[in-house]
Amino acid sequence: MAEKPRLKLPKEAKKGDVIEIKTLMPHIMESGQRKDKDGKTIPRKIINKFTAEFNGKPVFTANLEPAIAANPYMQFSAKVEESGTFKFTWTDDDGTVISAEEKITVS
Amino acid sequence: MRQLSRRAALALGAGGAAFTALGWNENAFAAAKEAAEAIAKFTGGKTATQGKVSIELPEIAENGNTVPLAVSVAAPMTADNYVSEIMVVAEGNPNPGVATFHLTPLSGKAEASTRIRLAATQNIVVVAKTSKGEFFTGQKLVKVTIGGCGG
Repeated sequence: MAEKPRLKLPKEAKKGDVIEIKTLMPHIMESGQRKDKDGKTIPRKIINKFTAEFNGKPVFTANLEPAIAANPYMQFSAKVEESGTFKFTWTDDDGTVISAEEKITVS
Repeated sequence: MRQLSRRAALALGAGGAAFTALGWNENAFAAAKEAAEAIAKFTGGKTATQGKVSIELPEIAENGNTVPLAVSVAAPMTADNYVSEIMVVAEGNPNPGVATFHLTPLSGKAEASTRIRLAATQNIVVVAKTSKGEFFTGQKLVKVTIGGCGG
């Protein structure tokens, strides 16, 4: 069911660099505002939270509302002082958590 | 029909007067009021200082379903003084909340980009909070050709 998120960040960086991270999670982001053919409201189903941490320390968190477009895209920065692993998570309204990791070498 | 009349109203521009004629006045004001309430809750009643916040949005969004938004705050990101939260509010959406970003000194820069939905031509308000408890704000008007909240 859960589709694979797309990540874009450099594989290498210099100590102290501020890098740019781009993520995209395929998801319908059903707003809860739309109605189906019979006029019934389609229940809300969105990714309500996105988190990014580096070596276990929080870097960036976003609380998302239905006003975020389908396939939520997030771009943000991170300052890297050491090699390590970024971990990203996306939390669905239904409680599902999708996570992804990416390593970076810092010299 | 309701949706149609709403779109028609939007085509006229988001002026309060246009909404009055079509009976959407109350809703438009309700949304702006909710937005103001959300901001007051975020700042704890403090008044945010104008400035330091930049908002990148298209002047005219043809498709309200996906509108690129970039926010940044011209403030330091050091261990003892950094931008800790950035809230984005859409004054003219059915629900004014868009997103709240939580940052740390590890963020390096106080900036974030995403893609948002806009139901109508409206003001986007961004409020930033620093670790020292200061608040900065900025806003930008976006013209939306086709609203993007389904319907």
